[in-house]
Amino acid sequence: MSTRIVEVRAKILKQNDLLAHALRERFQTSGVSVVGLVSSPGSGKTAFLEKLLSGLARDFRVAALVGDLATENDAARLKRATPNVRQITTGTICHLDAQMIEKALEGWQLDALDFLFIENVGNLVCPSSYDLGEELRFVMLSATEGEDKPLKYPTIFNSSDVAIITKMDIAEAADFDVTTARRNIESVRPGMQIFEVSAKTGSGMLDVFQLLHDQHAHSRETRPALQIEATQ
Amino acid sequence: MHELSIVLSIIDEIGDESEARDLHDVEVVHLKVGVFSGVDRNALLFAWELACEGTPLERSHLDIETVPLVIYCANCHQNLTPPSLYQLCCPECETPSQTIISGRELEVVSLEVAA
Ligand SMILES: Nc1nc2c(ncn2[C@@H]2O[C@H](COP(=O)(O)OP(=O)(O)O)[C@@H](O)[C@H]2O)c(=O)[nH]1
Ligand SMILES: [Mg+2]
Ligand SMILES: [Zn+2]
Repeated sequence: MSTRIVEVRAKILKQNDLLAHALRERFQTSGVSVVGLVSSPGSGKTAFLEKLLSGLARDFRVAALVGDLATENDAARLKRATPNVRQITTGTICHLDAQMIEKALEGWQLDALDFLFIENVGNLVCPSSYDLGEELRFVMLSATEGEDKPLKYPTIFNSSDVAIITKMDIAEAADFDVTTARRNIESVRPGMQIFEVSAKTGSGMLDVFQLLHDQHAHSRETRPALQIEATQ
Repeated sequence: MHELSIVLSIIDEIGDESEARDLHDVEVVHLKVGVFSGVDRNALLFAWELACEGTPLERSHLDIETVPLVIYCANCHQNLTPPSLYQLCCPECETPSQTIISGRELEVVSLEVAA
């Protein structure tokens, strides 16, 4: 039987990309800075986020979405810092996608927020393919998981904007060589900003707060004009 | 493994195309998958078999063109393939580069259908 070729030329994740694009525009016009967090399970995303939320909540209106395969434990931990927390339970799905974010945001007044954090499912592979509309993506690496993680998962490190090396309080006990870790990050993502922190002691967190302050001020300045103004 | 989610997106896309262009009996689905797309070729093939079983696409198969990682070297003014996926630098002068020209592709290129 003969066949013919039909050209398609379609991006496989275009539905997700379109939705993420729409979310990004919504975030920008609402003036909310959105930061995504990715890492292996147990690297310390939730602990870091607890510190971020409680540190920022003094001066800013903050919220978080937290993805996990099962349980609402992480949301319960984060709610100690702010009531604006929603858990996204993904079941068997190993990553968040833009549709899950859109759904989880239903009923939230985005322009009443300054920061929204999105903790992804613990996974260094799958989340790299899915844009969530975030303004910055933080990839986290803990001192207990080895310096070569970035080399093993170059795609996610490369698609992130900022690297956070966490659990620095136990780096020495874990024989973690931070210079090598930094060199490896630099190799997969030249020029990437790197922060060394401990969510336990709070060390290094001030620099992260400074980055977020600056980012927020910058996105407020470059915020697109509201549509109401445009139509008036 | 998110290749099953990827495969379901491909099947959706084929469904839309088939309807819009009245296509039947898709035999081959040609894809472009970049080595830096985060999607694994073998997992994709496996997920395809799984997802198409008992559907009109059961007899179809995937043909995957693997797209290499290519970066731009600002020093040599050339597009080149870096030494490895974890060394984003020029293979000739070792200048680091964050300008990715190709390697992130995840596309349905074309379908082969019964004439
Ligand atoms: N010593 C130390 N332990 C930490 C730190 N951050 C997280 N942990 C511990 O690591 C484990 C996993 O942390 P969690 O935040 O739940 O990781 P997640 O799965 O990435 O959200 C918990 O037992 C935390 O107490 C840190 O900075 N220092
Ligand atoms: Mg967590
Ligand atoms: Zn060069």
